[in-house]
Amino acid sequence: MNRLIKHGIIFVQGFLLINLLWWLASTVLDINVIPNPILVYKQFPTIFEDNIYIHIGASLKRIGLGLLLSLLVGVPIGILMGYSKIANKILYPLIYFSYPIPKTALLPVTMLLWGMRDGSKIAIIFLIIVFQVIVSVRDSVSHIDRTMYQVTRSAGANKRQIIRHVTLPAILPELLTNIRVSLGTAVSILFFIEAYGTKHGMGYYILDAWSRINYIDMYLGIIVISIVGFILFVSIDIIADKICRWSSL
Amino acid sequence: MILGTSGCGKSTLVNTLAGTITSTSGDIVYVKEQQSKPLNPKIHKIGIIPQNCGLLPWKTVKENCLLPLRIRKEQVSESRIKEITNIYKSLDIEKLLHKYPKELSGGQAQRAAIARAFIMRPDLLLMDEPFSALDEITREEARELFLKIWNQHKPTTVLVTHSIEEALYLGNRIIVMGTDKGNIKHQMDNPYFGQLSPQSLEYLAAKQLLRKQLIKTEVGEQTSE
Repeated sequence: MNRLIKHGIIFVQGFLLINLLWWLASTVLDINVIPNPILVYKQFPTIFEDNIYIHIGASLKRIGLGLLLSLLVGVPIGILMGYSKIANKILYPLIYFSYPIPKTALLPVTMLLWGMRDGSKIAIIFLIIVFQVIVSVRDSVSHIDRTMYQVTRSAGANKRQIIRHVTLPAILPELLTNIRVSLGTAVSILFFIEAYGTKHGMGYYILDAWSRINYIDMYLGIIVISIVGFILFVSIDIIADKICRWSSL
Repeated sequence: MILGTSGCGKSTLVNTLAGTITSTSGDIVYVKEQQSKPLNPKIHKIGIIPQNCGLLPWKTVKENCLLPLRIRKEQVSESRIKEITNIYKSLDIEKLLHKYPKELSGGQAQRAAIARAFIMRPDLLLMDEPFSALDEITREEARELFLKIWNQHKPTTVLVTHSIEEALYLGNRIIVMGTDKGNIKHQMDNPYFGQLSPQSLEYLAAKQLLRKQLIKTEVGEQTSE
């Protein structure tokens, strides 16, 4: 709870500061590309007429499915690499090689494979997150203290029980930290993947306003996407606080 | 009670008994009710108290203590709950049950680890230098407490240590391990079990004897190199 209040204060401070800078820029430069923030905020209620919820929902659905898929694939692969020397030997060069490749470069390929609609969009988010997940899981598995296995196995635990009571809880804190960072990347990638084949999504909302030279709407979209990104960031923090209290003591 | 210098394979012995590593040759057999079966953590209840306590940091003290029962899917009856509460009480960890291991002091963590081992009613209790990470005073308290609770349950126990005093205080039978492939250097039944530093000449002589055995293993190690 304390942490929540701290986050709240930082949020308000940052929010005020950035709006002050924005206002200064709009007054000093006086060009229509940077409108007065007060004007923008006055128009804020209009986003509800534009059904902003549908846009937010569409984007969150893509991010959520991409994240879910990368966890379903990345966690088992990471655990396998952490425990099996052979698997690590085979897979590590592959991961090492593909880790720094900008995944957005594969957009044309995913489009050809999974079409212009949600398939290619989710695939790109998946590709961005999955490598982070694999590497973080593999590393945290290799850092687990050996006596954790000793006490659990001597108590009669089978492989499944060891995964459930030792491996999964041990990788969780590191995993959540990584997901938090990856989600930020996923939100920023919305501009790319919602530039085609859709009429919904926060990225689309901004790009559409931009093409209509409606700068007020464009800024409203930017504000909304920032707030959603921030909420995602904070909720992962809260989840980590709740279920990984043991690691932050 | 296994006594030996560092590097003689004490921990390897514990790990083999615990089933975490398989033995390269030979079998371990556990005899219970005139039936001998190969020792196996799936059949036998093996409690273990390692040097660093081995409490899972993501579980509270209570969850740690009850984990062996959960893993074995044992039904916990009313009388069993009473027994468990008694163990908590005699180890003085009732107030710590909802804390995480990181919030405990060394001595508290040690007591929690002892509680976990006794709660599962072990057929075999393994202890690997269990008191060596504690400071002098806490160590003495922990040993006394351990002996008290051990006398109530009396499970078969294998304790490895490099401390001669600890061996003479807690061991019924003391075995000195050599450095060469885990051979046995010396064996003795210990008449001083449970006596805290008795001041008799015989005690000092026994201490001397064990020390000599330990030193001899070390000299042997040096010449073989």
